[in-house]
Amino acid sequence: MTPLQLIFLFTGAAILISAVMVVVAHNLVHAALWLVVSLFGVAVLFVLLEAGFLAAVQVVLYIGAIAILIIFAIMLTRRVMQDSGPQTNQQWWLSALIAVALFVALLWTLSQVAYPLANVPVPESYLITLGRSFVDPNQYALPFEVASVLLLVALIGSIVIAGEKGK
Amino acid sequence: MIPLSWYLTLAAALFCIGLYGVLARKNAVAILMGIELMLNAVNIKLLDFWHYLTPTTVSGQMFAIIVFVVAASEAAVGLALIISIYRRRNTVVAEEIDLMKW
Amino acid sequence: MTPDLLTWLIPVPPLLAFFLIVLFTNKDKVLSHTIALVGIGLSWIWSLSIFLRVLGVEHFGEEENVIASSIPWLPVGAESLPMGVLVDPLTAVMLFFVSLACLMIFIYSVGYSNFGKPLDPHDQPGQPPHNGIEPLYSRFFAFLSLFAFGMLTLVVADNVLLMFIGWEIMGLCSYLLIGFWYARDYPDPKQITPRRAAVKAFMTTRVGDVLMLLGIVYLYFQTGTLSFREIMHANGGQAVSMLAGLDSFIPGLSVAGLIGLLLFAGTVGKSAQFPLHVWLPDAMEGPTPVSAMIHAATMVSAGVYAMVRLFPLLSAGWHHGGPLTPPMMAMAAIGAFTALFAATIAVAQNDVKKVLAYSTISQLGYMIAALGIGAYIAAAFHLVTHAFFKALLFLGSGSVIHGVEHGQHHVAHEASHSAKHEASAEAHDPSHNQQSAISNQQSFDPQNMLNMGGLRQKMPVTFWTFLIGGLALSGFPLITAGFWSKDAILGGAWEGEHFIVFAVLAVAAFLTAFYTMRQISLTFLGQPRTQAAEHAKENVWTMTLPLVILSFFAVTAGWVGIPEDFPVLGGLLPNWFHEFVGGTLLEHPPAEVFNLIPLATSLVVALGGLALGWLVYRNIPAGAEDPLQRALGPIHTLLKNKYYFDELYDFIFVRPVRWLSEVFVSAWMDKGLIDGLLHWIGRTSMRLGDAFRNYFDAPIINGAGDLVGEGVKRFGNSFRVIQTGKVQYYLLITMVAVIALGGVFLIFTR
Repeated sequence: MTPLQLIFLFTGAAILISAVMVVVAHNLVHAALWLVVSLFGVAVLFVLLEAGFLAAVQVVLYIGAIAILIIFAIMLTRRVMQDSGPQTNQQWWLSALIAVALFVALLWTLSQVAYPLANVPVPESYLITLGRSFVDPNQYALPFEVASVLLLVALIGSIVIAGEKGK
Repeated sequence: MIPLSWYLTLAAALFCIGLYGVLARKNAVAILMGIELMLNAVNIKLLDFWHYLTPTTVSGQMFAIIVFVVAASEAAVGLALIISIYRRRNTVVAEEIDLMKW
Repeated sequence: MTPDLLTWLIPVPPLLAFFLIVLFTNKDKVLSHTIALVGIGLSWIWSLSIFLRVLGVEHFGEEENVIASSIPWLPVGAESLPMGVLVDPLTAVMLFFVSLACLMIFIYSVGYSNFGKPLDPHDQPGQPPHNGIEPLYSRFFAFLSLFAFGMLTLVVADNVLLMFIGWEIMGLCSYLLIGFWYARDYPDPKQITPRRAAVKAFMTTRVGDVLMLLGIVYLYFQTGTLSFREIMHANGGQAVSMLAGLDSFIPGLSVAGLIGLLLFAGTVGKSAQFPLHVWLPDAMEGPTPVSAMIHAATMVSAGVYAMVRLFPLLSAGWHHGGPLTPPMMAMAAIGAFTALFAATIAVAQNDVKKVLAYSTISQLGYMIAALGIGAYIAAAFHLVTHAFFKALLFLGSGSVIHGVEHGQHHVAHEASHSAKHEASAEAHDPSHNQQSAISNQQSFDPQNMLNMGGLRQKMPVTFWTFLIGGLALSGFPLITAGFWSKDAILGGAWEGEHFIVFAVLAVAAFLTAFYTMRQISLTFLGQPRTQAAEHAKENVWTMTLPLVILSFFAVTAGWVGIPEDFPVLGGLLPNWFHEFVGGTLLEHPPAEVFNLIPLATSLVVALGGLALGWLVYRNIPAGAEDPLQRALGPIHTLLKNKYYFDELYDFIFVRPVRWLSEVFVSAWMDKGLIDGLLHWIGRTSMRLGDAFRNYFDAPIINGAGDLVGEGVKRFGNSFRVIQTGKVQYYLLITMVAVIALGGVFLIFTR
């Protein structure tokens, strides 16, 4: 077992355990924090996958924005005595069953494929290539612009939705 | 080298945990958190495949970035919705928001 | 105007009068009777002119020496039945007296129906009037006119069919006129009402008419023609001889005999011979002019006329002095029997009109018997004279009844007046008094001879004319017409050596004289037996003038038929009647050989009967019993009840038929069977319909429809539950579906 594999195992366990805690935790703030932990783990995984840029994006975006947003939302929608009582609804057992079944199915499906592994290392200048592809009209300029528009729309939309009436 | 199958297993497990969270949690925000988990699992998978199958192209990363963008906007809108509903209905329990029925 | 055209026209004015009155002038009484009188007057003038015209013709009646005219009328196969007129000597004589008698009766009706008096508000239409004018005045004249039309048609007809048509029209009119006072009812249920009498008359004569029609059909079938001249005169009477030679399906009877018997049956009905005599006495329910018209002058004579007309057919194969043919035998037997039978009943009747009715039956029997023994001329002669004096007698009786009624009114009025004076304290309103007066009247029978008496002083004109008529009926010698005609019949019977007939007729003549004198004595002689008779008074000129005119003929009509070899008087006046009417037949019947015995017999019988009647009845006081009742005892009761023939017929015929129609046909067959069947069909259809609806339509068809709808609804309802509105739930379902589909996919694409 190489050290990389160990790190992977450790990171993987952390991700999974914190994910489980996210979905199980009674206290929502705890769940949010556990989510942060999980996201951190995922960032580490990204690093392992030699996608450092994306690891940074992950941390900044998910943890820095989305997780904070979630915590804000939790804050804004808190009610007294809300965290008492069961946090799962009635069909949780069916959901668990489904989740397990899906897990099994996914594993089995994934194992059926013979992956054409390309045993080529990641090029050094992948980031520059990535950056260039964002603005190259022949490549991914359009999705780039579309993504920005999407963000704009989401921004305006959420302001409208969450805005107070009569303001 | 970490075998691909480990990554895939991990991502699948994360996805299923996220699914469980979506289906089983009462609180709407918790559901959103579950959705984030699922999206993350998808991202992992995407990058797995990029790394192991086509490391020289950027399409894998691109896809992952787009997923990021989508996740972000979706989280924003979703939370805005939850806040709006909270204001109206004074609840965030998903079960109690059940007007879309016959 | 040619004679044949004139003959065609003779029946027309009364017919026109009928239609005009019925359609247009019913409301106007004066106009109606004027039209009717003008109508019959025209017919009378024309008949008279024809009569006078043919008087001068030599050998009138032979071969083509007659007035004849005919047109084809009813298409029958390739040929047509003709309609036409014929005037031969018999017709001429008939025209003379029929039209005269009808005219007299029409004039009389004006007075009898109280013309000139105002309409009494108490009188109901359909009831006889009390003191006012007859409410249905115009209708009466309309019916009389129609009747006259029928009779005149019958007289001038040249074939059997047209004669039968006139015959039936008169049958209808007799029904209408007998039942003229249709609303009249009697408290005694046994007493026949005018309505029932009319039906009875119609039904009884119908029996005869049906048989007559059979005879006519048979005749046509055998000879191919119905014309009188063709059957009886053409080729020397060849048709008749042929018929006499043929044998009918009844052994021993020739075709002529069978036809004759059938045709005679019609006369038995119409002329009220035994056994169909029952309708005539009850026909007295009609107004008196009707009785005079129908039952003296016209309808009953029509029966005899038909026999006289068809004499060659009836006597086919008979020659003078030889054995009688079957129809002649039947006629002689029935005629003679009826003459005696009716005379015996007349002796015991108290109603003045009923006596005359039975007398008519009896006299008709005389005529039929005369024909039966072959005394053709005598029968025709008696027909003519009888019409005159019988019409006279009937009209006279009407006058008597009218006078007595008037007297009764007078008495009732005085009584109410005195009642008013006595009870002046109480407020009697006049209507109440009138009511009691009327009811009083109803129980008093003005027609009962026992309520009369002493009318000779009160109603002289009526008395003298009635006396003349009665003497004529009895056959008072020399000066009355009845003597000559009756003597002719008796003479003919004696000469033909039909002694039984002679004896029977002689006895009947005796009874005739007896009851006639009885009638005259009870009515006119002696003292008034009631207050009403006391106050009776003579009638208006429109009633008495016809009486006078008819009595003139009752006296003189006999003088045209005095036999040639009568002692002293014979030869003074030619026996015109014999000569003239004899021309009707193919060969002139031989002149009667005078014999003293029949003359003596008729003298004895007539004078004896008259004397006996006068002796017994001249001084019957009020309330006394009829002397005959004491003398005859139970036989008198039998006679009074007409030998109970009505009751017998009722039992044998009327009741079974009524049972048949009321019970069998109406109740069982019609209501029970046919209606029952229809009801059953209706009920069953309804039940079937209900069954279909309840067991098939509603559950199955409706049910199927409902099932589909309901089923879908329930199905939908049961699936509704998966739409909870909860997002996670929906997601869960989606995931389950994904897993399932994925599983299916994986398994099947191994």
